[in-house]
Amino acid sequence: MTKKKKKQQRSSSAPLLLIAAPGILYLLINNYIPMFGIFLAFKDFNYRKGIFGSDWNGLDNFRFLFKTHDAWVMTRNTLLYNFAFIIIGTIAAIFVAVLMYELGQRSRVKFFQSIMLLPNLLSWVVIGFIVYAFLNADTGFINNTVLKALHIEPISWYSTTKPWPFILIVTYLWKYVGVNSIIYMASISGIDKGIFEAAQLDGASKMQQIFKITLPMLKPTIIILTLMSIGRIFYSDFGLFYQVPQNSGRLFEVTQTIDTYVYHGLMDLKDIGMSAAAALYQSVVGFLLVLGANALVRKVDRENALF
Amino acid sequence: MKRHSRDDGTNFRLGSTIILSVLAFLILLPVLLVVIASVTDENMLIQSGYTFFPAKLSLDSYYYMIKQSEMILRAYSVTITVTCVGTLVSVLITTMLAYPMSRPKFRYRNALAFFVFFTMLFNGGIVASYIMWSRIFQIKDTIWALIIPNYLVTAFNVFLVRNYYVTSVPLSIIESAQIDGASELTIFFKIMLPLAIPSVATISLFTGLIYWNDWINGLYYLTDAKLFGIQNLLIRIMNNIQFLKVSSNVALLGTMNVDLPGTSVRMAMAVIGILPIVIIYPFLQKHFIKGVVLGAVKG
Repeated sequence: MTKKKKKQQRSSSAPLLLIAAPGILYLLINNYIPMFGIFLAFKDFNYRKGIFGSDWNGLDNFRFLFKTHDAWVMTRNTLLYNFAFIIIGTIAAIFVAVLMYELGQRSRVKFFQSIMLLPNLLSWVVIGFIVYAFLNADTGFINNTVLKALHIEPISWYSTTKPWPFILIVTYLWKYVGVNSIIYMASISGIDKGIFEAAQLDGASKMQQIFKITLPMLKPTIIILTLMSIGRIFYSDFGLFYQVPQNSGRLFEVTQTIDTYVYHGLMDLKDIGMSAAAALYQSVVGFLLVLGANALVRKVDRENALF
Repeated sequence: MKRHSRDDGTNFRLGSTIILSVLAFLILLPVLLVVIASVTDENMLIQSGYTFFPAKLSLDSYYYMIKQSEMILRAYSVTITVTCVGTLVSVLITTMLAYPMSRPKFRYRNALAFFVFFTMLFNGGIVASYIMWSRIFQIKDTIWALIIPNYLVTAFNVFLVRNYYVTSVPLSIIESAQIDGASELTIFFKIMLPLAIPSVATISLFTGLIYWNDWINGLYYLTDAKLFGIQNLLIRIMNNIQFLKVSSNVALLGTMNVDLPGTSVRMAMAVIGILPIVIIYPFLQKHFIKGVVLGAVKG
């Protein structure tokens, strides 16, 4: 009886596996095979000798990588920008979400939302063009109109490092504030309206309601989203750091992140070993951070933990 | 007391509307600058740069693009083909993978879920995958380079569809079909795939947007400009501008293969890169927002 039942179960698994097969095959090739490719980080890769024929060189790639100034710069930039994005981005998203909620009228919410989501639909290439329209030295809006009006000498933006942290953070906010506010809006709409009504009857002003009800009720969402972002803190948005500064070498000190470094190593310098080492450094630290962040999320709220 | 609080509410509503209007205006402004720049007279541009109030307007850059339409139309057709094929295949494979994971009695349900989930935690990095695609699969300078690497199946989309099946499609539908003697394949293609349409709409939108906006695959795997989609064409144009500025070698101009567009034409190119999205998006906003909320609740 049990044998028959088992057999039945197994036979019902096969067609389902077959349906899942194309997806499984794709993930195996696209995601799993490259995981085994991390051994490239321990090889002195040579195109003529190929992937398997190239000589092993132990930890040399890592030794060289961490001796360079680049290793420090890219790690610092990746971390600092992500911290700035998490803090400023979260505050901005909550600010917008609270205002949106106060609008009340659905049609009005939809109208503002469409506009604020627009930048999120644009590619980093197009955003690079938009930033270029503002910043390019000869015909840019800032040099030609703003600085001229203030009687300030034109600035060569794509070779001056100082303003770039500011520019990149503003660009990030511009692209993501709308989409990030959606999640907070959803949580605010989830708050029981009776609480606000009761507070209002007790004479609480709108400001008091926001600071005493809305924000405290958002706390779990804020904590979870922040922890999830901390799990991704070793990864950067390649497009933001590659397209927006137009890949300008003079800006690397403030724009180079791990992702752009790996790209340069691989495509421009053709230094496979070094970029593979940097990529592995990112994957491993990133993996540990995700695990750590998830462990923390589990402590706060089991429901929202990834696993 | 009551009156006071109502006034407070109205004031707040007014305040919110004003602040959001200012924000919305600031967000639109950069896009507006590009659109205005694209219809600014070329001589005015050289004189006074990109401005919001140009002294003279002209549609020259759009006429220029019509004249150069071969290059642009080709890029458009590449982007449209890649977006359609990529999205279609992606949605099909993703749904096929998500459906078995939603069946409570499926033997490998948990193993499969972990298999998909692990790709969110760890990856081999771009170097290994670049070498795999370019050396083992020889994907460089083929249209497949724009479709296959990276985007076809993402764990995020798989879980989105699986959760939809688990929460919104009753098992009794499958059971009654099984009693009627339908095979698993029939059940999936005739019943479950059509039932997944609300979640399919969301992932199609996400995936379509990714393919339309993708330039990274092109950057890694294409050297042949014939295969450039609209995004990679934009990158090429921007690079040529930078290149000319640096070299300041006039003789090089003659040897360049790609015609160098004027200052306003560049912005017109950016505009036609945005246009299709801006036109289609308002109809799909609902699905987009739903997807963002769903994704945030459970990745």
